[in-house]
Amino acid sequence: MLSLLERIDRRVIFLLMGLAVSIPILFPLPLDYKPSRLAQSVFDAIDQLPEGSRVCISYDYDPASAGELQPMATAMLYQAAMKKHKIFFMALWGPGKTLGSEGVQQILLKYRPEYRYGEDYVELGYQTGNEVVIKVATTDLKLQFPTDVKGTPIERIPVMRGVANLQAMDLVISISAGYPGSKEWVQYYVSAFPGEKFVTGTTGVQSVSLYPYIPQQIIGMLGAIKGAAEYETIVKARYPGPDGKPPPELGEGQRRMGPQLSAHLLMVSLIILGNVVFFLQRSAKRRKEAGR
Amino acid sequence: MKRTVPVIIAAITGFVILIAFFLPPTQSWGEGAGIWFNILAAFAFVLGGANLLKVQLETISSRRPGWGYALVVVLSFVAMLTVGLLKVGVNPEPQYPDRAWSGPFDIASSPFGWSYAYVFSPLTSTMFASLAFYVASAAFRAFRAKNIEAILLLTTAFIVLIGNTAAGRITDGLPDWLSFLKFDVLVANIMSYVSTGAWRAITIGIAIGVAATSLRVLLGIDRPYLGRN
Repeated sequence: MLSLLERIDRRVIFLLMGLAVSIPILFPLPLDYKPSRLAQSVFDAIDQLPEGSRVCISYDYDPASAGELQPMATAMLYQAAMKKHKIFFMALWGPGKTLGSEGVQQILLKYRPEYRYGEDYVELGYQTGNEVVIKVATTDLKLQFPTDVKGTPIERIPVMRGVANLQAMDLVISISAGYPGSKEWVQYYVSAFPGEKFVTGTTGVQSVSLYPYIPQQIIGMLGAIKGAAEYETIVKARYPGPDGKPPPELGEGQRRMGPQLSAHLLMVSLIILGNVVFFLQRSAKRRKEAGR
Repeated sequence: MKRTVPVIIAAITGFVILIAFFLPPTQSWGEGAGIWFNILAAFAFVLGGANLLKVQLETISSRRPGWGYALVVVLSFVAMLTVGLLKVGVNPEPQYPDRAWSGPFDIASSPFGWSYAYVFSPLTSTMFASLAFYVASAAFRAFRAKNIEAILLLTTAFIVLIGNTAAGRITDGLPDWLSFLKFDVLVANIMSYVSTGAWRAITIGIAIGVAATSLRVLLGIDRPYLGRN
């Protein structure tokens, strides 16, 4: 048995992981979540703003991280739309521009069909320069984004009136998968102008590095899919869909917690099993040496 | 001359950005330097693309191992670049109906948008998701409780791994006097105190190192941007 475990093919582990992830996707588990303080802080930051406030959402990720970040991006956009905020879309990552546009089509215009481009929301798009984009836009938005994604000069866009720079935003949200992202927003936006409100949604790997900025620089943070699931719970309870039922787009975070649960349990089991094999091997080796 | 001019440009730009951060009247200087940086960064995309083509074409022409993959890279690169730059299949914007190229290049119905949605997006997601399989295999083979440090690391990993799932709620029934053993409390304490404390120390160390290195670059002592030759 021990030798069998020692020589276990990695393809068997791949198969186990494949089953652990796919079964809960095919047969969703009925799981419920207690919202954490951080998820509640994100909700409050968006909800406590008066209706029609300016909210900038920066899509700082690409499709590789969309599995982890898209559910929270969707829920944040939905909440901002429900509160009838003016929404400014931008991206520090090239593919982020497209992800933001998808959000407009799939969420914003679905649940707020009365929203008009240029009056209630605007897509500023993607600009090269990483953290320099934040640095310049924080003091002079027009210098960094002379036009929107359609090529219209921003001074001709009604919603941009009175927005000289990012300091005019009532809240900035970064959905971030790495560099450039949340950390650069803290360094070049919040730290340069203390008092600016900033919340973020990040991957699990990145969230560890952002805890030191909570709550002074970062008011609230959604960490990985668990953060998204907790946040969805709060948003769905406060803003049910038009027909009183939760919007189907807002269940993705909770649905993905099922595969995460089974995958984490498999990982823990594999680590324990690996260690059992290791210690049995070691004791067998010692017994053998003692017998000589 | 080839080395002195870039060093002078880098030093002046660096000091301008540094001064602009601390002196509000010089803020516009920093913005100017930032915009120049962004323009150069846009040119870097072109250089990056050219370099990618050069390396892959060399691999193909010399039939090096994996040249088939290089061919896929070149074909994909050229195809995406062509449909993106020429805005193939893009409809004009309603306000500019007589301008054929006025629509966005990545509209969903265009070949670029289609390739993004049905090729690029699933491929990158798959690459990222496949990590889970390798991590599982590595966890079985490499994560060993060989010493005290490894045991501490393993214990912390177990708590965070389980506490970040619905399984963490199995401790919800613990009495109040044992509430510190609840998974959500343990995870919160690990993340807020243990991990954050360690991370702060690392961040401060990195910041000091970056400040020292930046000063060397600004003064022209280190010139990583000039390359080896």
